[in-house]
Amino acid sequence: MENTCIWPHKDYIDVNQLTPELANYLMDLAEQFRQVNNRQVKKVPTLRGRSVVLFFSEDSTRTRTSFDMAGKRLSCDTFALGKSGSSLNKGESLKDTALTLQAMNPDVIVIRHSSSGAPKFLADRLGCSIINAGDGWHGHPTQALLDLFTLRRRWNGEFKDKELLIVGDIAHSRVARSNVDLLTMMGVKVHIFGPSTLMPAGVETWPVTVHKKFKEALEGKDAIMCLRLQQERMRGGLLPDLSEYSNTFCLTPELLRLAKPGCLVMHPGPIMRGMDLSAEIADSVESTILEQVNAGVATRMALLMALCTRNGQEISE
Amino acid sequence: MSEATALFIKNARLQGEATDILVQEGIIAAVGKKGSVECPGDAEQYDAGGALALPSLIDAHVHLREPGFEWKEDIASGLTAASFGGFGAVMAMGNTNPVNDKAAVTCLMLDKAKASHPHGPKLYPIGALTVGLGGEQLAPLRELADAGCVAFSNDGKPVANSEIFRRGMEYAGMWDRTVIDHCEDPFLSAKSHMNEGPVSGRMGVRGQPTTAEALHVARDILLSEYLDIPVHLAHISCRQSVELIIWAKNRGLKVTAETCPHFLHFDETLLNGYNTNAKINPPLRSAKDVAYLRKALTDGVFDMLVTDHAPHAAHEKETALDEAPQGIIGLETALPLTWKLVEEGIIDEKKLIALWKDGPAGIFKLPAAAIKQGNAADIVLFDPDMEWEVGPETLHSKSFNTPLLGQTLKGKVSRHWLGGRRIV
Repeated sequence: MENTCIWPHKDYIDVNQLTPELANYLMDLAEQFRQVNNRQVKKVPTLRGRSVVLFFSEDSTRTRTSFDMAGKRLSCDTFALGKSGSSLNKGESLKDTALTLQAMNPDVIVIRHSSSGAPKFLADRLGCSIINAGDGWHGHPTQALLDLFTLRRRWNGEFKDKELLIVGDIAHSRVARSNVDLLTMMGVKVHIFGPSTLMPAGVETWPVTVHKKFKEALEGKDAIMCLRLQQERMRGGLLPDLSEYSNTFCLTPELLRLAKPGCLVMHPGPIMRGMDLSAEIADSVESTILEQVNAGVATRMALLMALCTRNGQEISE
Repeated sequence: MSEATALFIKNARLQGEATDILVQEGIIAAVGKKGSVECPGDAEQYDAGGALALPSLIDAHVHLREPGFEWKEDIASGLTAASFGGFGAVMAMGNTNPVNDKAAVTCLMLDKAKASHPHGPKLYPIGALTVGLGGEQLAPLRELADAGCVAFSNDGKPVANSEIFRRGMEYAGMWDRTVIDHCEDPFLSAKSHMNEGPVSGRMGVRGQPTTAEALHVARDILLSEYLDIPVHLAHISCRQSVELIIWAKNRGLKVTAETCPHFLHFDETLLNGYNTNAKINPPLRSAKDVAYLRKALTDGVFDMLVTDHAPHAAHEKETALDEAPQGIIGLETALPLTWKLVEEGIIDEKKLIALWKDGPAGIFKLPAAAIKQGNAADIVLFDPDMEWEVGPETLHSKSFNTPLLGQTLKGKVSRHWLGGRRIV
């Protein structure tokens, strides 16, 4: 790639590390990789010899696969480590697992962890680059990047004054937190709506408009981002039951008509048809769900590239 | 020094006045304005250099971790930390392993204290209110009281069942002991790691609302009124609780309350960056709560200050926020932090001493030190201007889990005598 790397950070932990310039830089890079991904031969030698550890201590299929594919298409060696296969189950502390991984000299550790702040904990202690692939309820900064990339393509790069609504379980959503921050930074007006029991504490201090009625929330929107409802939310009195949720909070074609014509429908996956959004919507032309998955590989390639070539580090090409 | 030798402390500041103190055979033989007390020829002289002379203080809420968690702290290290903090006595909570719900455990604690610190600081154990702190069956309170427990508490594991708590108050009252309640509704606070609010919301960490504390404060106040039995409310952290306590006090109820230096100085924003050394329970609250608590302290709402000294080893705290244990140490940082309140005009020196000594002594019926002729020479010299860096090299506790770690703190105990014996 001909770009001079302008990425300044060792790690990518939080979308707050981005500026509009950095986000655009990563997305420009991702656009190039997207084209690579459409070729018959999808592999470039850019990061040959680099190693990336995929340390996923929490269940994940798509994000891990996406990183794995991104790394391999850049000719990195990728190594997957899950909680069941790691010593974390034998009582090893997060710190010791991290130090052990570091001792193997990877260039990048991609971490998914159930504890908010775990990637920062690693980043503060390890010399290699850390990518946050989702930590607790705190952040999912690569998801936010790929969502931004998807919107950029659909909106031809225009973010200013676009209206986007995030629907569902905001309180427990790292996707929502990262998207609110990144989209707001890019000029998008973000709205949120969901069950009042699933709103985060202090949401009134967020740079968003909080809605109490679904129909009002939908009016005039350019995009709706549905979040996945986790079944465990039914416990502990947060929600009555699934049918109540589906009847009240599921995005249906009828509801979607209240938004702007051509309003995009996004979802970080895995989707629950009939629960988060109706099957018709999931399969409609407005749905960006599969584009988001596709964008995931390209944006993660861009990020790996940025981290591995920062400070003028050598590229093998 | 031995008790037999005379000690002459000159140029100390007692209640704002330059003072000389003569100690003979462990007793304060004379106290007077600088230059007014005669120094016997054979007396050892110590120039306090204008440091404050304070009576030895009492900390009515500490966790010394022995038996069972000696890697965090033990009675010997905890009492040493207490002496360097200016405390001549501490009351130790019973959430040890085994729990202090049997005379055997109480006696072990007292034996350990006697062995390591025969001349003090004194250890006063607090017995468990329920067996194993399980909140289901009352512990043998008479047995514990006889063994030396000065109060009862389920601290660390709040009693969810109000019926059990009521019976505990009644039965403890029979043995002339007050129940100290860790006020927390365990359902509202379940799995929480910090205060609930904008900071926890942004960090993506489960918080506990102030209402979790205030709900049990209200319960205890109402039970105290109904039963006409005293109750003492531990480590009060928020406005909601304070307002209820004001209500109770205005009604003349037998409700007393404590707060901690950290709740008067630190707020929840210290958790930003997932700082496990700021993780405690009850959690650091909002800046508004801190301001409210400071005002309440000025207004005299609180009966005492306590540290809630809760040591945890560095390796236990060096992990993700939601995996780290709750608690911070406080014995050696308490006096500098609360002297700051005097400098800031929140309370005066007299009130500071009352909160750290007369409050707990009165409520738990403990002897209180006083710098006056004829009393035991339990004297702390506190240099309010001495700066020191908080860290493993300066602290005497086995653990150094404090949000002040690495910071420079102003004010330090320069000397401490108990019964005329130098312990610092």
